[in-house]
Amino acid sequence: MNWIKTKNNTKINLNEIPTLKISELREEIISLNKRPLAFFGKDWGSLGTKLFVILADDECGDLYVSSVLFGQNEKEYDSLTQVMPSFHIFEREFYEQFGIKPLNHPWLKPVRKNQKDYKFFEMEGEEVHQVAVGPIHAGVIEPGHFRFMCNGETVYHLEIMLGYQNRGVEKLMVEHPSNALAESICGGSVIAHNLAYSKVMEILKDINVSKRAQLIRTLALEMERAAIHIGDLGAIAGDIAYLMGASVFGATRTLVINTMLEFSGSRFGRGLINVGGVNFDIDNEKIERAIKTFEKVEKDVERMVKTMLKNTSVMSRLEKTGTVNIEKAREIGLVGMAARACGLNLDSRFDFADECFKSLALPRKIFKGTGDVNSRFQLRYQETMESLSISKRILAMLKNPSKDELLAPCTNKVSANSLAISITEGWRGEVVHIALTDANSNLTRYKIKDPSFNNWYGLALAVRNNGVSDFPLCNKSFNLSYCGNDL
Amino acid sequence: MGLKILNLIIVLFLPFLMLGVIKKTKAFWGGRYGASVFQPLWDFIKLMKKDFVISKTTSGVFKIAPVIILSSTLFAALFVPLAASSAIITIPAGFILFAYILSLSKFFSLISAMDTGSSFEGMGASREACFTTIVEPAFFMLLASVMALCGNFTFDSLGKIIQNSGGYGVLICIFAILVLFIMILTEGSRVPVDDPATHLELTMIHEVMILDNSAADLAIISWASGIKMLLLSSLIAAIVIPQGLSLGISALLYIALMFLISVVIGTIESATARIRMSHVFEFVFVMSSFALVVLSLVVARMFGG
Repeated sequence: MNWIKTKNNTKINLNEIPTLKISELREEIISLNKRPLAFFGKDWGSLGTKLFVILADDECGDLYVSSVLFGQNEKEYDSLTQVMPSFHIFEREFYEQFGIKPLNHPWLKPVRKNQKDYKFFEMEGEEVHQVAVGPIHAGVIEPGHFRFMCNGETVYHLEIMLGYQNRGVEKLMVEHPSNALAESICGGSVIAHNLAYSKVMEILKDINVSKRAQLIRTLALEMERAAIHIGDLGAIAGDIAYLMGASVFGATRTLVINTMLEFSGSRFGRGLINVGGVNFDIDNEKIERAIKTFEKVEKDVERMVKTMLKNTSVMSRLEKTGTVNIEKAREIGLVGMAARACGLNLDSRFDFADECFKSLALPRKIFKGTGDVNSRFQLRYQETMESLSISKRILAMLKNPSKDELLAPCTNKVSANSLAISITEGWRGEVVHIALTDANSNLTRYKIKDPSFNNWYGLALAVRNNGVSDFPLCNKSFNLSYCGNDL
Repeated sequence: MGLKILNLIIVLFLPFLMLGVIKKTKAFWGGRYGASVFQPLWDFIKLMKKDFVISKTTSGVFKIAPVIILSSTLFAALFVPLAASSAIITIPAGFILFAYILSLSKFFSLISAMDTGSSFEGMGASREACFTTIVEPAFFMLLASVMALCGNFTFDSLGKIIQNSGGYGVLICIFAILVLFIMILTEGSRVPVDDPATHLELTMIHEVMILDNSAADLAIISWASGIKMLLLSSLIAAIVIPQGLSLGISALLYIALMFLISVVIGTIESATARIRMSHVFEFVFVMSSFALVVLSLVVARMFGG
């Protein structure tokens, strides 16, 4: 066997993972032709570096795991990116972290470190000009550098250089794993990252989370999705100077995050989820209030979106702006919301559903998008309404008092020699956390993949042949995370 | 003469109020209270007190530009009938001088932006220059037609359209006002041409050109662009407000009209999105077609019988 087949939210014994030669594995990956979920190295002591590869089969919900051991002297291999471009960012990261060079990689640039050596792609010509933006921006946003190659007002090429927020989260996670740290990976996906971390730890410690706690977690995740989507709908309206949309969505988002404040004491849900369950219960009074709030939010969002869709000045800005077609999206490996807007049917809530989500038996809505800003706008609206309706349904289920304990005790020992995988669909897309332990049950490697890691390149493609003044609009429609990428 | 100058001084502070009213209108439509209508004036005073920060890459052009921008705008103000009084300087075909004095001010704001060496400001300057090439001919076409109609080559003829054009009067007035209004939106960098409230450098036009200006320089540039908006609005006032009213009444009507124009601008900014940059030219070009309508109406009146 060249692969070990497994499911989401499981652990596997490290010794069971097949170790191949890189040339064999390369052939295998190409013949299997699946989407890369993780591709990361781990220091293997005196033996060299071990590369773990996890591929996702979204249709069957299967994960394929395999590995390669690079000896001390093996410092290069034939890159996969030449054949499968979706590996480009993974191979760049692996090269940056372990110095093993993928040969013939077409775009071997720094991911997070060594920005000083960054060689930008350059165009020459009389009318070509460069526009450099950042890393410090005019708005209160995170740092990142954007380099546009323009001909007049048209963008030919955009390069995005990140890494200014690199805090060494993966290393910190190994040394001091905690919920508070997981929550700080990316401020826009507090719940998703914390949930992914908690699940990984629960898998390693064999903890069963009660039904009620699982429901509250799913509720929080959907509320986060709704809140951020509404906020971004407002930001999109703001970027095209449509004031009314910006104000209404801004006010409506506040209702959702203030409900979160009532549940957990934090508007972004910090401190709600813990390894073993959740920290807070929701009583009936709060449930009633929240259901009423969500009904109002649904009404307001629907009315505002419909007004915007009828406004020709709005639509002329959204339609056919920043298009990524489905072939390109598949090729570069977009994930999550951005991929669905292009018509790719990826949603790990359904593809890799956990028990709680399965028990809700929700119908899967297929979005037929063309990958432009308008598609992302409408998809976000559709997902907002879905999330609000799921939230209301879960709240109704939580009304029945239950004797479930909210927080299971975490006394079990971490299982030794294991690899645990957990995939959670945050609002941007799949948040993947993977933990490895050694024979003494210590964490030895913690790998995090935020959807932004895949999708930044999608933004670069989206703005090609668009006006440079449409960049902020494209950017807002993706709204990718800098620190989620930089870690 | 003394009265005219007093009139001018009072009128020069109206732009702050107009900007304040626009912001208040936007706040109203957005469901907010918004800042006081005097806020732009307080901002002006605050900026005047601040220290300069001047980029090392700039040259003397950058330092001298704000003064030229303000002084040429003030000079242009002498040619326009404001509020209760007619223009201070009335010379034949003064509108050409008026337009080119304003162009001088624009020229200096363009080269001062280019002087900073920033790629954003260069982009803003190129956009602004582009719009000017469309606005200018339309403006000349409008004024020349109207003045030919009235046989009087000063701004005073704007008030005599109705007397001189028989049945076409109302139509000519409506299209002339539309031309001037689009010109206000374009030159005053308002939505749907520009977005004065954005923080996104890549989408800005006017705002990005003054990114490097600070303190008093920034204050007087903002003031000058406010005055420019007021001057163009005053041309609308010259068409709309009947001549020969008493001083008090025409002053009141003038202020009411400025208030109305600000509210309309604020409402447009709240209800529409900004046009995509590549389509802005088409929008600004509408000015030329309206000016052509005026021209053809004038031709019909004068030669068509």
